[in-house]
Amino acid sequence: MVSFLRFLINGISLGSVYAIIALGYTMVYGIAKMLNFAHGDVIMVGAYIAFCAISYLSLPPLLAVLCAMAVCTALGIIIEGLAYRPLRQASKLAVLITAIGVSYLLQNSAQLIWSANPKVFPSILNFGAIKLFDGSLVITSQTIITIAANIVIMLVLTMFTGKTKMGKAMRAVSEDKGAAELMGINVNRTISVTFAIGSALAAIAGVLLCSAYPTLQPTTGSMPGIKAFTAAVFGGIGSIPGAMLGGLLLGLIEILGKAYVSTELGDAIVFAVLIVVLLFKPAGLLGKPMREKV
Amino acid sequence: MKKLKKSAINSLISYGIVILAFIVCQLTINAGTMSRSLKGQMIPICVYIVMAVSLNLVVGISGELSLGHAGFMSVGAFSGAIFSAWLLEAFHIESTVIRLILSMLAGGLFAGIAGVLIGIPVLRLRGDYLAIVTLAFGEIIRNVMNCLYFSLDEGRLHVSFNNPVLPGKLIVNGPTGATVVQKLSTFPMGFALILFTLFVVLNLTNSRSGRAIMATRDNRIAAEAMGINVTKYKMMAFVTAAALAGMAGALYGLNSSTVDPAKFKFDTSILVLVFVVLGGIGNIWGSIIAAALLTVLPELLRAFSNYRMLVYAIVLILVMLATNNPMIRSLSDRLFHRKKPAARAQKGGASE
Repeated sequence: MVSFLRFLINGISLGSVYAIIALGYTMVYGIAKMLNFAHGDVIMVGAYIAFCAISYLSLPPLLAVLCAMAVCTALGIIIEGLAYRPLRQASKLAVLITAIGVSYLLQNSAQLIWSANPKVFPSILNFGAIKLFDGSLVITSQTIITIAANIVIMLVLTMFTGKTKMGKAMRAVSEDKGAAELMGINVNRTISVTFAIGSALAAIAGVLLCSAYPTLQPTTGSMPGIKAFTAAVFGGIGSIPGAMLGGLLLGLIEILGKAYVSTELGDAIVFAVLIVVLLFKPAGLLGKPMREKV
Repeated sequence: MKKLKKSAINSLISYGIVILAFIVCQLTINAGTMSRSLKGQMIPICVYIVMAVSLNLVVGISGELSLGHAGFMSVGAFSGAIFSAWLLEAFHIESTVIRLILSMLAGGLFAGIAGVLIGIPVLRLRGDYLAIVTLAFGEIIRNVMNCLYFSLDEGRLHVSFNNPVLPGKLIVNGPTGATVVQKLSTFPMGFALILFTLFVVLNLTNSRSGRAIMATRDNRIAAEAMGINVTKYKMMAFVTAAALAGMAGALYGLNSSTVDPAKFKFDTSILVLVFVVLGGIGNIWGSIIAAALLTVLPELLRAFSNYRMLVYAIVLILVMLATNNPMIRSLSDRLFHRKKPAARAQKGGASE
C-alpha cells in the first residue's frame, strides 16, 4: 500500500513535468497549427542555462531559473521569427521538417558549447522532506515544488487565456487566423507571444526535470519532448486543461507501468495507452471533435 | 506495333537511368577509383533509397504523414537476421545470394504483417493524430525488440520475452540486438532491391489502384462519394510501404555483423522523412536523389568534423526556407517554364 502511494506520488511528480512541457506544445499547436519538434530541445537549453548560472556564476536557484526563462523566451522568439514565420503559408510538412532542423541545430550547438559528456545537475530544490508512515513514505521538497509549480502555472495560464486581452487574442487566432486578423488582432505578435510563453515554460520544465533526473546532456530533452507531445495529443491537442490531464495521466501510467508490469516496457505501455485512447476518442480526452465540411 | 503508354515509357526511362547509375558505380568500384569510405556507403545508400521511396508512397502518394517508418525497417532487419541464421542451421543453404533473397523476402513479409496490424487502427485516424500514432508504434516496436530473445538449437527456433535463458545459441539478445549476423549484403543485391522497389511503386501508382489512392489523398470525401473504398486503398499503400521498408531493413541488417535495436530510433524515421520532403513530396526521383546525396553528405562534410551535423541542420533549415520562399519559387517556375504553379502548390501531399 505504501509502495503504491510512493509510485502514485512519483507518477504525479513526473506527470507534472510532462504537463508543463505539454502546455508549451499544445499552445503552439493551437495557435500556429504546427508540431514544434524543437520544443524538447528548448527544455535542454533551459536546463543548461540554469546549470551554468548555478555552477559557474553561483547564482541563487531562483535567479538561475529566471535567467533560464529569460534566455529560453528570447530563443523561442528568435526561432519563431527566423525559422517559422517565413513558412506561415507553406505546407505543414515543410514546417515540420524545419522544426526538426531547428531541433538538430540546438542539439548540435549544445554539444559544441557544453560537450557531449553528461553533466550532473545540482540538486537545487532539496530543502528536506516530509516523512510519513514512520519514514517509509518520503515526499521530497522537490516533488512538492514540482506539483505546486504545475498547479500555479495551470491557474495562471487559464486566467491569462480567459481574462486578458492577449489571451483572448490567442484564442481568437487559434480559432480562425483570418477572422482574427480582420478584427484587428496582430497575428504575428500573438504567435510570438505564444512561443515566448511556451519556451519560458520549457525552461521551468527543464530545471524541474533535471532536478529529478540529474544527468544533463544535449539529448536530454528529446525523449521527454516526445512524451510530452504524446501527452498533449492524449489530452486533446490545443486544449490547456487537456495538456494538464494528459501530462499527469502519462506520468502516472509510465511510473505505475514500470513498477507493476515491466521496467523495460514502460515506454511501450505509455504509447499503447495513447493508441487505445485515440481509437475511442480520436480527438483526445478533452479535445473538440473535428467536424467535416463538404 | 502497339504504342506504349506514356507512363510505361517514363517507367522504362527510370529503370534505364537506375541501371546506368549502377553500371557507372560498379565500374568505378572495379577500377578502384572510388574511395574506401564511399564504397562502404554503397549498401546504406541502397537501403535509404528504398526506405525513402517506400515512405514517399505513404507520405506523397497516399498523403498520410508517417513518423514510424524505422519500426518496419527494424522488424525487417531482425526477421532477416534470424531467418538467414535459421536457413543456414536448419537447411544448410550455403549460397549467400539465395539466403539473402529469402531473408529479404522474410523481412518484407514480417514487416508487411506488422504493417497490416498497425494499419488497421492507424488508418482510422487523420492528420496529426495519425502521425503521432505511427510515431508511437515505431517506439513500441523498438521497445518490444529490446525485450525479445531468440535462440537456435539444432535448427529449432526458440523465442522468449525478457528471459535470456534459452536452449542452444542465442542469436538475438534483447537490448544488444542480433550479434552473430553473417554479412551477406552486396551492392548488386542492393541495386536489385532498388529496381524491385521502383517496379512495385511505379506500377502501383500507374494502376487503377494507384489512381484511387491519389484520389483519396486529394479529396477523401469526393473519392468516397465516387465509391472508392478509402480504407482499403490507404491500407494498400501503407502495407506495401511497410513490406518494402522491411526488405530494406533486411538488407541493412545483413550488411554488418550486429543489428542494434537502438539504430531504428525515431531519428531514423525522421531522417528518411527528410529525404522524402527535400526530394519533393510525391516525387519518386526526388526521393532517390535526396536519399543518395544526403547519405553521402555527412561523409563529404567530414572536413568540418565536429561542425558537420551543425552544418547539416543549417543546410536543412535554409533549404526549407528557400524552397518555400514565394520569390524564389516564382523565379524557379519562370526559369524552368513550369506550368500551373498554383496547381503544384495545392498538390501538397500530406500537407492537408
